[in-house]
Parts: sequence; structure tokens; C-alpha cells
Amino acid sequence: MPAAVTFRNVSRHFGAVRAVDDVTVEIAEGEFFAMLGPSGSGKTTCLRLVAGFEQPTAGEIAVFGQNMAGVPPYRRPVNTVFQDYALFPHLNVRDNVAYGLMIAGRGRAERHRAAEAALELVQLPGYGDRKPGQLSGGQRQRVALARALVLEPRVLLLDEPLGALDLKLREQMQEELKALQRKLGITFVFVTHDQGEALSMADRVAVFNQGRIAQVGAPSDVYDRPATPFVADFVGSSNVLPPEVTGRLAGRRLPASLRPELVRILPPGAAGSLATARVISTQFHGAVTRVHLSMDGLDLAALLPRGARVPEEGAAVGLSWDPDDLHLMDGT
Amino acid sequence: MRSERAPLWLKAAAAAGLLFLHVPILIIFAYAFTTEDKTYQWPPPGFTLQWFGVTWNRPDVWQALGLSVRVAAISTLIALVLGTLAAAAMARARFFGREVISLLVILPIALPGIITGISLRSAFNLGGIAFSTWTIVLGHATFCIVVVYNNAVARFRRTSASLVEASMDLGANGFQTFRHVTLPNIATALLAGGMLAFALSFDEVIVTTFTAGQQQTLPIWMLEELVRPRQRPVTNVVAMVVVLVTFLPILGAYYLTRGTDTVAGQGK
Repeated sequence: MPAAVTFRNVSRHFGAVRAVDDVTVEIAEGEFFAMLGPSGSGKTTCLRLVAGFEQPTAGEIAVFGQNMAGVPPYRRPVNTVFQDYALFPHLNVRDNVAYGLMIAGRGRAERHRAAEAALELVQLPGYGDRKPGQLSGGQRQRVALARALVLEPRVLLLDEPLGALDLKLREQMQEELKALQRKLGITFVFVTHDQGEALSMADRVAVFNQGRIAQVGAPSDVYDRPATPFVADFVGSSNVLPPEVTGRLAGRRLPASLRPELVRILPPGAAGSLATARVISTQFHGAVTRVHLSMDGLDLAALLPRGARVPEEGAAVGLSWDPDDLHLMDGT
Repeated sequence: MRSERAPLWLKAAAAAGLLFLHVPILIIFAYAFTTEDKTYQWPPPGFTLQWFGVTWNRPDVWQALGLSVRVAAISTLIALVLGTLAAAAMARARFFGREVISLLVILPIALPGIITGISLRSAFNLGGIAFSTWTIVLGHATFCIVVVYNNAVARFRRTSASLVEASMDLGANGFQTFRHVTLPNIATALLAGGMLAFALSFDEVIVTTFTAGQQQTLPIWMLEELVRPRQRPVTNVVAMVVVLVTFLPILGAYYLTRGTDTVAGQGK
């Protein structure tokens, strides 16, 4: 069975700017796939290439094995939830949701039935008569979702759909989106710059950097075994050790990633201490305390769980970690 | 915080300003009923309704009115099509020389009418084009397009570009998208622009003087009538009817477009 979406050596250049640069990836059917990266990393352009709003400069995009070259957006088996929702301001919620069905020439009664069902799916039953301007941000986002889902696409594209929502609502929508995707079983391709969102929702994450995919993998893979210093730094926070330091500590001259929560702080000179450092500052974050350290001039961070003894600022301490947790990165 | 109430002198000045603007129009109306038809004598020596009947039976009035309506309608129609197309291109596309073209589109309304008129007249002469209704229409279309363009381009800029993409994404081709999304979103702007264009064309004198042959539009007819010391109140009757007839659609447009500036979901 072909993949839901296939990128084969896809590039999209805008003049001299390589927005997307030789991307190759397969997204499986039924997968919740996140495209993660900072702004300008090419993730949104990739989504727009699938939707058909952009044409690749080189390479090929296929949806369920069908080459999408020259296929306009209105003939693609995908639908999009836009970042600004793009609800039609002159139509009420019901007609917004039923828009695709109206274009497809379905009858009025059928349209309204389907629109109401879709609104129920996104937990907005009975909102059909309102205008988009009368809805809150979270409600608009649900309408946008219903409008895309009513056409029963095989692939749903979501462009930073939660970006405009406040934190509480965003966390709630994350759970709902995930539940919805499981229930419908269709492929979700989700663009976000929020690494927490990508890690918590996606089955697999592609980390974008400068138009290229730096790493693709399950969230735990990407977090535990970042392929490049960029991934280590962008996904979660990490201590990236330069090759010289790693060479001294682990015997191989490669950059390494060491997650702050895996760093243990010991009394100076304690048995099992792998390095010594000085405490620069400590910050209380509630669940954890963040300790800012200097190891021979190299800045490191360590996270202490609640209850752990917090060293004093300026104190000399010993550091240790499980050798497996010092992850060497041989990617570029 | 200062008092919400305006001082008395400001109210008086505002009232005086409004009176200055509108009392002359009422005087024009009053002369339509005067019994004296050679000079404009104030106060009118007596009042009569006879000029309405006289006006009704003057074929030159009907001819001028018909020509003006025809010219304004055709110019507005041309302006709606070309102005909307130009606005769509300018609001969306980015290309070399875009600002220059934008300026060239707006220029006809900035130019004095006499320049537009003279240049069109010499162009028609050079091209060997005989003066007709169509040469008047061409002259009027030059500034009608600008009015429609300005209204439409402002609306296009405030309309999210992703609406068009959303429509395409939901299966609508270019024509369906224009019909179901673009047009409804710019409709009130086009209505307002169209009415303004119609009104501008309807009372245009200067460009018309240069681009009309022997034909008389209503404003030109009025100008000629004022010089003739005979049946003068007929001009006033026509003026009054024109004011009433043009006031109603403008009032209608005001109520139609009221409140649409805060169209849903376009806050950003």
C-alpha cells in the first residue's frame, strides 16, 4: 500500500532562497505526523506543496501514490485547516462548514445534515446560525476543523492550528485533536513551531532546519537521540557538548547532547563524579529547579526534581550521568 | 476628563456651517415654484406649480436626462469591470513597476478635468474618431475607474488572502471562488464605488464639454439654460428632481454598507 504522502527530493526555491531543499519523506496512512521547526525552516511551505498552493521547483509529491504534479488544489484529496482559520466572513457557521459540499453540488438538506454532524464532531452542535465574527478564537478553530473534515479527506493538513490560542485552550485542543484523529483514523499532517506540541501529539516528528529535514522519528527517538546539535537544542532544551569536551569525557570527538534532567549533581570529589563544575545560579520553576553551571567555561544546565538538595550559588560541585545518556551526534 | 458637552460657540459655528452648505439648495428648490421667469428675484413674487408641467413637456429635458443616464450607466459598468480587475491585480500581485502602475491608474482623478478633456479631445481628433455618446463615455470612464478601483483595492487589502486558498482547498475552482467568496466580500465596496462613479459621471461638466459633439448631457443643458432668460424655473425643477432622485440611492447605499467595515473575522 502506498504511503499517504510521499516527498521525493522535493525543493521549492523562491528566487535565491531555498525554502524547501531536497526533502524526502514518507508519511504513512493513519499517521499523526508533525512538521516541527523554527519560522522560515520550510515546514509551512511543505504543507502548502501538499495542498497545491505551491508547486515544487524540483522533485515529486504523491498522495496515495498519485503524482500531484499539475493537480490544482481543488482536485486534491486533502483539506487544510489554516493558521488564521480563513472562515468566510459573509457566511454563517453552517454555510462555512457546508461550503465544500455546496461546491460539490450536494442538496441543501444533505448539506445541512452533514454540517451539523461535523459541528457535533468538533463539539459545536447548534452553532450553525452564528457568524464567524460572533465566535471566540477556539470556536473558530473548531469550525475550521469541521469545514475541512466534512469533505472526509484522506489527509488533513493543519497549519499551526493552535498557534493563536491561549495556553489552557491549546492544551485542551491538543487532546481533542489527538482523540479526533484516532477516532477518524485519517492521516494528520501538522505544522508547528512548538516542540512540546509536536512531542505530545505526533506519532512521528520531522524536525526542519533551513529547508531540510534534520531528523525524522518517533518523539522519544528525536528527544533521546537527536541526530544533530540543532535538533538537540530545538527539541526540548539540551546541553550540547563540543567535540573536544566529548573527546575528553567519552573518548570520541563528536558533538554530544546531554539532557539537563539526566545530569546529577554530587558533592565535590564524591565517588562516581565524572566532572567538576561551579554553580552560577539556580532558578525555582515549581516542579523542578534549574541549576546553571559552568564546567571549565562551558555553560551547562541541570534540572533537579523537587526534594533534591539545591547547591548554593558559587559552590563547586561534582557532576555525573549515565554514560548512555551522553548521546553522541554523528549527523551533520 | 473634560466635559462631553461642546461649548455653545462651537455648536453655533457648526450650525452656521451646515446652514451655509444647505440653505442655497433650498433656495434653488424655492425658485422652482416662483411665478417670475426672467430674473431670479428674491423673495419670489408668487408661487405656482406650472413649471412642473412645462418641464414635463420639454423634449430637450428628456433628451439630456436620457443621455446623462445612459452615459453614467455605461461608464459605471465599464468602471466596475476594469476597476475591479485592476484592484485585484494590484492588491495581490507583486511585480516590478507596481507602484508606477498604481499611480497611473489613480492619475486621471488627480488631473484637472480640463487637462483630461483637452488631451482626450486632441486624441480623438488625431485618431479621426467622431464625437458621440461613446466619446463622452470614454471621458467619464477615465475617472469612474479610479473611484471603483480605490474602493475595491481597499477592500481587497483587508480581505485575507487565505480565504481564496480556503475556497480552492474545499474544491472550488477559480470561477466558483470568485462567485462564492471574492464577490460577496467585495460587493458592498463595489456598490459604494459604483454609486459614487455614477454620481460623478452624472454631474460632470468639464470633460464632457470637450468630448461631446452636439449632444447635451443634463449638466451641460442646465448651464446653457441659465444663460437664456426664458422659462428659467424649468432649470430649477430639473435640479430639484435630480437632487431627489440621486439622494435616494445614496441613502440606500449608506444603509446597505453601514456596519460592513467590521466584517467578521477580518480583524487582523
